Amino acid sequence: MSDTDGEIVISVRGLRNAFGEQVIHDELDLDVHRGEILGVVGGSGTGKSVLMRSIIGLQHPVAGEVHVFGESMIGRDDTEATNVRKRWGVLFQGGALFSTLTVAENVEVPLREYYPELHQQLLDEIASYKIMMSGLPAEAAPKFPSELSGGMKKRAGLARSLALDPELLFLDEPTAGLDPIGAAAFDELTKNLKETLGLTVFLITHDLDTLHAICDRVAVLADRKVIAVGTIPELLALDHPWIQEYFNGPRGRAALGAKR
Amino acid sequence: MNSPADFTEEDDALRFSGALVLARLGNLPQRLETLAKQPRAIDLSGIERIDTVGAWLIHRLARDSDADVTGANEDAKRLIDQVSQLDKPLQMRPDPTPPFIRVLAQMGAATVSAFRMLYGLLGFFGAILISCWDIIRDPKRFRGNAIARQFEVVGVDALGIIGLMSFLIGIVIAQQGAVQLRQFGAEVFTINLIGRITLRELGVLMTAIMVAGRSGSAFAAQLGSMKLAEEVDAMRTIGVSPIEALVIPRVMATVIMMPLLGFYAALVAIIGGGLFCWISLDIPLITFFQRIREVVPITDLWVGLLKAPVFGLIIAMAGCFQGMQVEGNAEEVGLRTTAAVVQGIFLVIVLDAFFAVFFSSIGWV
Repeated sequence: MSDTDGEIVISVRGLRNAFGEQVIHDELDLDVHRGEILGVVGGSGTGKSVLMRSIIGLQHPVAGEVHVFGESMIGRDDTEATNVRKRWGVLFQGGALFSTLTVAENVEVPLREYYPELHQQLLDEIASYKIMMSGLPAEAAPKFPSELSGGMKKRAGLARSLALDPELLFLDEPTAGLDPIGAAAFDELTKNLKETLGLTVFLITHDLDTLHAICDRVAVLADRKVIAVGTIPELLALDHPWIQEYFNGPRGRAALGAKR
Repeated sequence: MNSPADFTEEDDALRFSGALVLARLGNLPQRLETLAKQPRAIDLSGIERIDTVGAWLIHRLARDSDADVTGANEDAKRLIDQVSQLDKPLQMRPDPTPPFIRVLAQMGAATVSAFRMLYGLLGFFGAILISCWDIIRDPKRFRGNAIARQFEVVGVDALGIIGLMSFLIGIVIAQQGAVQLRQFGAEVFTINLIGRITLRELGVLMTAIMVAGRSGSAFAAQLGSMKLAEEVDAMRTIGVSPIEALVIPRVMATVIMMPLLGFYAALVAIIGGGLFCWISLDIPLITFFQRIREVVPITDLWVGLLKAPVFGLIIAMAGCFQGMQVEGNAEEVGLRTTAAVVQGIFLVIVLDAFFAVFFSSIGWV
């Protein structure tokens, strides 16, 4: 999939989001290239999740354009959007598993929805290897979400978001609330999946270690827009107070030191 | 942009073509299952694209028929390799229990939880009494503001809906009573019916049901979400007793408000009935109220007013108790809220039956 390097998968132009008087985004531009892991960082309340929700069509922006795979995502009806939705997977913060279904059944939901012609046996087999692929233990498959720990819920959510073999994966703070070992394992998993499946990943995170470990580029959200996009060394060369504070603060330096 | 996945059989070899991806599979899996003979070789040189589902199908075919995979490019090799490492049939659902055992288990669980709930409710009542005693010994701990706030929520805010409900109930009793009594030429007894039934039974009972639905459920939901957000735990660690701060104001407010609301409901119902009698039966309002004063014994008022605080206690306790029982997830808040209302109304009606027998046997008929 590297032959399409440079192709733009997500393109956001002039995005404006506002809740009442409060403007979250204004004139926000962002491009995500095929095959990269783009980390999105920003202080609390800068609208990282809102940006993701605008891209996947859960939040109607006040103005602006969002294109995913070259198709506009704004003002489309559901049947048209379905074709694009089949090509992406979304992992929400808490996993967002359906509580009445087991983990395996959760993974089967998108498959059943879009490909009803698949036989139960094949569905079960697909669900099995997706669950194994997301690093869950085999015993987790017949369990209900309420019986899982936070980290396992995220992995199960990841297995579900991978169900349709997406080209594009949205991860909303995947390592938040995980212990450092679990977080590192999740980073490794994301990187492996990206390499084996050729995924493009849109990753919202607060985790400096994740940024250093797996992100190809980092987009910084501040002042209601994306103030900079680039590799971490490129960002470090910029003279923006928030970026300097973020990457050169005590925690940023610790993560940088760990990388070296 | 991609042609659908397909294959052709040539001697012992299967030659795949097209995009071997989930979206383009079509009936390929079914066709693979009904092959005439097992292939000895699988040729992937003609495929355009492959994803993990395609790789899985190839892997499964190669595994089951012991065939060799040839002509796979880098991507395909990597994916097939990847899924073959993950080949492990998993259990999809928990083991089902036989229906008979399941019914038995449910009955057992229901019995245990019913007794546990009664026990818990008793303990909760005890905790409330202890807190009350603590407050009596140290009146500074009495939370006047919180109680006044609950007065408003439980009592004042409910005036509109309870008034409307009682007004309509008064009209319905008058109308139904008049229709039935007319058959005996005893229409005038409609007034007795309205006066006695509203003051003695319906005013308080309907108010209790409305308060259980409005406030009992609200108590359970409020305390439940506070429990989930660890607010209750935070209170405990700071040294504030949640029973004193959260439960007592709600219970006291409901106990005090119930008789007032019940009396108000009975009054509005009588007015509703009176208006109906005036318009429909041509009984002037003056006569109506005069008759009410003559035929309704004062004990009827006492019966209603004595029951009301007990009902209030039951409703508030059921609501707060269920709220404090919430643990785990948000779903439980909903379940507990439902339980609070059902339990509140059920206990109120059971107690009402006891009261009816009791008051009859002491001669307040």
